[in-house]
Amino acid sequence: MTFSIYILFAGHHNPGGGFIGGLITASALVLLYIAFDLQSVRDIIPVDFKQLAAAGVIVAVLTGTASFIFDVPFLTQTFTYVELPILGKTELATAVIFDLGVYMTVVGTTMTIITSISEDEK
Amino acid sequence: MTLLHIAILIPFFSVPFIPLLYKFLHRIHTGWFVMLIPLMLLIYFAGYYPIHQPLEPVIQSVPWIPTLKVHFSLYMDSLSLLFALLITGIGTLVVLYSIFYMSKDREKLNFFYAYLMLFMGAMLGSVLSDNLIVLYAFWELTSVSSFLLIAFWFHRKRSRYGAQKAMFITMTGGFSMLLGFIILYVASGTFSIRELIAMSDQVSQHSLFIPAMFFILIGAFTKSAQFPFHIWLPDAMEAPTPVSAYLHSATMVKSGVYLVARLTPIFGGHLEWFWTITIVGLITLFIGSSLAIKQSDLKALLAYSTISQIGLIMSLLGIGSMALNSNYSESSLMFAGAALAGIFHLINHSIFKGCLFMMIGILDHETGTRDIRRLGGLMHLMPISFTLTMIGAFSMAGLPPFSGFISKEMFFTGVLTASRSMDSWVVFIPIIAWIASIFTFVYCMILIFKAFTGPYQPKQLERKPHEAPLGMLISPMILAALVITLFFFPNLIATSLLEPIVKEILPQAFANGEEWHVHISVWHGFNTELLMTIGIVVIGSLLYIYLTKFRNIYDSIPLKFSLNKVYDRGLIEMERIAGLITKFYMTGSTTHYLSYLFVFVIVMVGGSLIFQDAIYLDFSDNSPIELYEYMLGFTMVAAAIYMLFTKSRLISIIAVSVIGYIVSLFFVIFRAPDLALTQLVVETISTALFLLCFYFLPKVNKYVTNVRFRISNAIIAIGVGLTLTVIGLSAQGHHLFEPISDYYKDSYKLAGAKNMVNAILVDFRAFDTMLEIVVLFVAGLGIYTLIKLRHARRKEH
Repeated sequence: MTFSIYILFAGHHNPGGGFIGGLITASALVLLYIAFDLQSVRDIIPVDFKQLAAAGVIVAVLTGTASFIFDVPFLTQTFTYVELPILGKTELATAVIFDLGVYMTVVGTTMTIITSISEDEK
Repeated sequence: MTLLHIAILIPFFSVPFIPLLYKFLHRIHTGWFVMLIPLMLLIYFAGYYPIHQPLEPVIQSVPWIPTLKVHFSLYMDSLSLLFALLITGIGTLVVLYSIFYMSKDREKLNFFYAYLMLFMGAMLGSVLSDNLIVLYAFWELTSVSSFLLIAFWFHRKRSRYGAQKAMFITMTGGFSMLLGFIILYVASGTFSIRELIAMSDQVSQHSLFIPAMFFILIGAFTKSAQFPFHIWLPDAMEAPTPVSAYLHSATMVKSGVYLVARLTPIFGGHLEWFWTITIVGLITLFIGSSLAIKQSDLKALLAYSTISQIGLIMSLLGIGSMALNSNYSESSLMFAGAALAGIFHLINHSIFKGCLFMMIGILDHETGTRDIRRLGGLMHLMPISFTLTMIGAFSMAGLPPFSGFISKEMFFTGVLTASRSMDSWVVFIPIIAWIASIFTFVYCMILIFKAFTGPYQPKQLERKPHEAPLGMLISPMILAALVITLFFFPNLIATSLLEPIVKEILPQAFANGEEWHVHISVWHGFNTELLMTIGIVVIGSLLYIYLTKFRNIYDSIPLKFSLNKVYDRGLIEMERIAGLITKFYMTGSTTHYLSYLFVFVIVMVGGSLIFQDAIYLDFSDNSPIELYEYMLGFTMVAAAIYMLFTKSRLISIIAVSVIGYIVSLFFVIFRAPDLALTQLVVETISTALFLLCFYFLPKVNKYVTNVRFRISNAIIAIGVGLTLTVIGLSAQGHHLFEPISDYYKDSYKLAGAKNMVNAILVDFRAFDTMLEIVVLFVAGLGIYTLIKLRHARRKEH
């Protein structure tokens, strides 16, 4: 899980990104489901994956729409550097927020599919 | 983002808040909050109203998809302003009226007002857009919101039928209109209406100019319920009355008129434009007014009358467009008078028809019926309603002292102008117009006298009628007051609004600086127009007196060939044929579906490879293949072949994932860590999914398959493999263009990202990514719903 989040944020400069980070998270969760059972994992991670996926799509679309406020075309991304106390010179890019949306959608959708299929009775 | 943009977007932004207001402040009628939006916008737009000199057109543009020349650009001139004022003004009154009409305890007001605001925003967007694609988007949004509003009482079958019909017809027209817009774009290279007008000479040279004109006109005619597309409007009357008053008489049906007026500078002057619009308008006027007499439902009567009145406005705009024809340039100012009459009548119609719809709503609300056979003698019980209905209906019939009189006289002047200044069979125009006006007079009389005079039949009514509450009467009172004000002071709007609008519709006619000023006078002397009006009153009254006999004529017309029958028949046939086609290919077997897909790939891709002469094999500059690469390749081949002969699903899955993992190894070797990582994880997840799914499937049974099936499968498999291999090899051999990858080398400079792949995904091609995740999400939801539905159904049994 930690690795997947690292991958998500590292994506801007190193191998990684939202899609792959999301898949890694999903595979971690699947491992948990295989190791335990549906109910106990659900107790530990009380996340509704459908809502997570929907939130992801909304985040991604809104990042795109936000560009309207600054009079620039749809989905124009921007970036800037700020000095943060501990981290030093840090880059903030809207693309990362967009990627976060991708990440959430991928985790949400994958888990929705897998859990609903596995819940299905014969 | 300017104030004008925000004005259009405010109704949309308000939509999410309406359900909240409905839920948490249920004791106050939601309409009171909603009314603030049109009121605010009305005040904003009224601020643009030119009092002393004509409005200087305002243009505001925000780039949307600049590469496709789609800009969210708004253009505000007098014509747009008039529509914006009508939309917000009548919108305010309708919301006020609906507060008393729609019960807050019984109706789902949250949906009602959300749809209404959606509609209002869409309508404002379509009359203010300068970009044709943006206009189209808003235009279709009005169809969608109108669909939702017509089907508001969706538990009724008639409502659903009417909504579907309206949507079918207007959207078909919309598509046709889009086609016309695209042709205009091809001819000119711009979607901007103003730029199109500027280069109208060049555009009209294009070979597809006339088809584009017809495609666009179909859009305008369907939306404005012109013949033969008028059949949706009477069925749309299933909507709640405030909706009918707003959408189906005052605003949405007029957007076709708006489009015709807006595009006249491009198309006007061409005889095809003149004939199509004038003839369609006149036929609609005639059919609408003659069918209105037949109706016994008052709302249906008003629906047909709306159809006919919009036909009238259309025909006036058609005649007006002749001002741009060079053959008639000496009488261009007379034709301009016809356009003026059209715009003036448009305003009048919105006002009196809005008022009449509200009155019919009140009648329905207070008596429980709209059927004229059951109504009667209500004059003494509902005196205010009677007065207001009479004002509206007399204005519609074109009698003084109501504003409809002026515009109807101007209409006669218009049609007489056409017949005097042009030859051939244009002489028929005034005759048709005159007969249709007699019918108009008759149905207006039916509206007033059948409902309010005659015998009072309390047993026929569901409720005991009494005068409507004051709140419900305020809106029609304001409209009725406007009707009278416009009669006595028509010049209030003549010089400041009507004159600039006509000059905007027919700019070329005034290009040489001719002096032309609008002055409307109520008394225009004893002339042909006045004689025509007197004739209407005399013959119309006779017809009304002998109405029962006269109506019998309608019964002799066979119903079998009516357009509605054609529509219904078409609907049934369409479903039947669609069912046949679907049954043909939806066999329920995955093998079949897959073979369709693969055969399609072979035919399309393989075919174009051969016919485009695209196969090109060149291995000269390939790098040498290492031994371990051979080994990996052979392992893949072995896994694939092994899969063919195994009988266990589990082993198949593992064989497939072996192939996948080796591919990711290849990515590692060729130094593509991103791809390798993705491939690895995708492979893992999909293997897990396969294992989960296959657990439920029955055992593989290979013996049922016959030889023919196996051979055809083998051919398809080899075909796909061959096609894809050849594509891969040819793509490597070809170097037709500069590779685009150089552009992405600057990813750090352009997007601040050192990882090029990621920069492509989230920056350069973010639109693709966004739609991809939407697709992914929808697919996930689909699977979820399918499985949950199965559970629900099983529980039922």
